[in-house]
Amino acid sequence: MNPRDWLALASIITAGVTIAIGSIAPAIGEARALERALDAIARQPEASDKITRTLFVGLAMVESTAIYCLVIALVLLFANPLLP
Amino acid sequence: MSQPFPVEITRFGGLVVTDTVVTSLGLSIAIVLAARIAMALPAARATMEIGYEALEGSIRKMVTADVAPLVPLIVTQWIFIGCANLAGVVPRLASPTRDLALTAALAVIAFLAGHVFALKRHGLRYLRQYIEPTPILLPLNVIGELSRTVALALRLFGNMMSGSLISAIVLYVAGLLVPVPLMLLSVLTGVVQAYIFGVLTLVFAASSLEIAGRPRKAKP
Repeated sequence: MNPRDWLALASIITAGVTIAIGSIAPAIGEARALERALDAIARQPEASDKITRTLFVGLAMVESTAIYCLVIALVLLFANPLLP
Repeated sequence: MSQPFPVEITRFGGLVVTDTVVTSLGLSIAIVLAARIAMALPAARATMEIGYEALEGSIRKMVTADVAPLVPLIVTQWIFIGCANLAGVVPRLASPTRDLALTAALAVIAFLAGHVFALKRHGLRYLRQYIEPTPILLPLNVIGELSRTVALALRLFGNMMSGSLISAIVLYVAGLLVPVPLMLLSVLTGVVQAYIFGVLTLVFAASSLEIAGRPRKAKP
């Protein structure tokens, strides 16, 4: 294999590892947030509007870490600056 | 054909015109025209006013600061980004928000909005929030401000891009009708992301407005 093939191989493997590892932590974080929100809604159903709103915004913030990983994986696969 | 990546349509000198430009401009014109036509009809106008008031009420309830000047911007963002995200399910159109260029432009508008309104309301005094609690934290505050703008652009781009890419891949692998559930999911994602983009713009801008409005601590 010439160096270009090695580079492609490394990019593909790295993209897979990035998205695999990068989705674990946000998944755990979002699950914990959701758990707490459901708990809070069960205790105070009258505050469910506010809790849902805050939950959505919070989930979006947590999810952005997964999105960073996705963007890096996409760059490695489709717009790799190192591969000609 | 719905392409996961922006397609070049024509060039003016060095200026590349992609389908993002065409779709988003067409969408803006269509929205403005639809609003103009609806304003001319009394029934449609009353419906729109009720809708706007409901949205305005929900925006005002979200934050404690007075965000009256931000309301039109947030409602515009909701309408435009929502329509742009949903344009992906129309045959022969692709959602323009899957292009990083458009989401970056939207994020820059969101970034400027908070600062312009804070500057208008409080003058240069609002810049003081960047040297609080100590001036040593200035670089961190500036990086935080910039990174949330970048995150705003990347979040919308990543969500819409992944949606259209996954439908394209599934269409390639499995063929007819199989990507339909994924497209339904992307409709849901599109609506939620439009909502979240507006809410985050509001929250960031309101934090600028709010911090600046805090009364100055009395010096001992």
